[in-house]
Amino acid sequence: MNINWLSVLGIITTPIIAFIVGVTYGGLTRRITARIQNRYGPPSSQNLLDIIKLYSKETSIQHGVMQHLGPVFAITASITTLYFIPVIKNSVVFTNLSFNGDLIFLLYIMVFGSLGMALGAGQTGNPNAAIGVSRGLSQMVGYEIPFVLSLVAIMTQFHTTSLTDLLAVQKHFADWIIFQSPLAFIAGILAFLGMMGYAPFDVVIAPAEIASGPPSEFGGKYLALMMTSRSIFTFAKLVLFTDIFLGGASDFITLIIKTFLLYMIPVLTGIVFPRFRTEQSICFFWKWPLVFGVLAILVVVL
Amino acid sequence: MIYDKSSGKIVDIIKNYARKHSLWIVAYGTGCGAIELPPTMTSRYDAERFGIRGSATPRQADVLLITGYLAVKTLKRVIRTYEQMQDPKYVIGFGSCTINGGMYWDSYNTVKALDRYLPVDVYINGCMPRPEAVISGFIELQKLIEAGKANGAKKYKENLDWYRENQRKVIKNWKMPDYNW
Repeated sequence: MNINWLSVLGIITTPIIAFIVGVTYGGLTRRITARIQNRYGPPSSQNLLDIIKLYSKETSIQHGVMQHLGPVFAITASITTLYFIPVIKNSVVFTNLSFNGDLIFLLYIMVFGSLGMALGAGQTGNPNAAIGVSRGLSQMVGYEIPFVLSLVAIMTQFHTTSLTDLLAVQKHFADWIIFQSPLAFIAGILAFLGMMGYAPFDVVIAPAEIASGPPSEFGGKYLALMMTSRSIFTFAKLVLFTDIFLGGASDFITLIIKTFLLYMIPVLTGIVFPRFRTEQSICFFWKWPLVFGVLAILVVVL
Repeated sequence: MIYDKSSGKIVDIIKNYARKHSLWIVAYGTGCGAIELPPTMTSRYDAERFGIRGSATPRQADVLLITGYLAVKTLKRVIRTYEQMQDPKYVIGFGSCTINGGMYWDSYNTVKALDRYLPVDVYINGCMPRPEAVISGFIELQKLIEAGKANGAKKYKENLDWYRENQRKVIKNWKMPDYNW
């Protein structure tokens, strides 16, 4: 049996790169938010420092096995999601584990982290955590539907369930799926706003309202694991959307530019909008993105 | 486990650097001091540029900020909050009331010297301290952390009996769960 050492290299380096990029994006977000609010803002390494500090906490209280495992599930789901997305187009190293049908697999595995979090938060017994979990799962029902509709539209249009095939379709600038099926892109990007959890869809982690929700009882290393997982998952989602709609990236500079521009959509939306109530958020997802998703499918089928 | 934070090892230097630049505060707004915090955190004085950020729950916090006088009733809640925080943790006494009682020096119902009940790392003097003074207090705490000298939590663990004795003297109806580290 011969081992493809280049793939092994990719498997090892991809989560590290994802972590660094995700953390830096998080820090930049805080700085951009600060500049818009006419503040100086923290350094862009602030999120990394926060995570190092949380890892170097000396005690970490836990209320049971599930709370111990919740963050572990979350980070497992993040890294697994990342592994099934080709990070760099046509690259031997960063193709990772993508296979035919990975879009359907991704639809399932992307939910797993939230479910793990829900189990972990449920064990803590904190009422705020329980409220946060119920809100999170309700909102997930909201945004998953337009997201699936958008993906189904694309799968039907190109007769494939493989990300690699989708990348092969988008050879030139004009072939990007954002231009080939704009309705699917609109449905997808609106679902993406909900996925990222920035305002107005930050009903799950609402610090002023339910004391940060699910992680309210998590401190120290558990919180650090969850922040790490969040950084990696952010990068994974950004790369997924870049691969599907924006033609992927053939080198890291293109990848950084595309993912950063994509990331700015939820961030800048979040800065100008206040928070929705839970039912408003779900109603929003079942109204506009759903209409665009159904239209995208109709356009493809008819 | 209690580590020596000023050992000078490279790991400790990195850890202290991160701790210094990332202070998440849970502000116990008992008195008038709480009103000085919004200007400290928002655009005018912007404490976030030093890595100071509000945290939602005590579990996530590093710094307990006692803003103003403590009544006997609130002292109980503060002790609960402090014991829920994760190590390493710091306490900042904010305003004259935490030092010697301030304008409540002859009150029958307030705690005069906070240091007898919780280990205070930094005091910020004034009645009220302006946001500049608050930020200067935080910078003082950062210097202590970098030097590995902000060992209030360690002191609390080592002298727990003494602190408990003082706390029980003031709080008559002591119905508190045991300290879980």
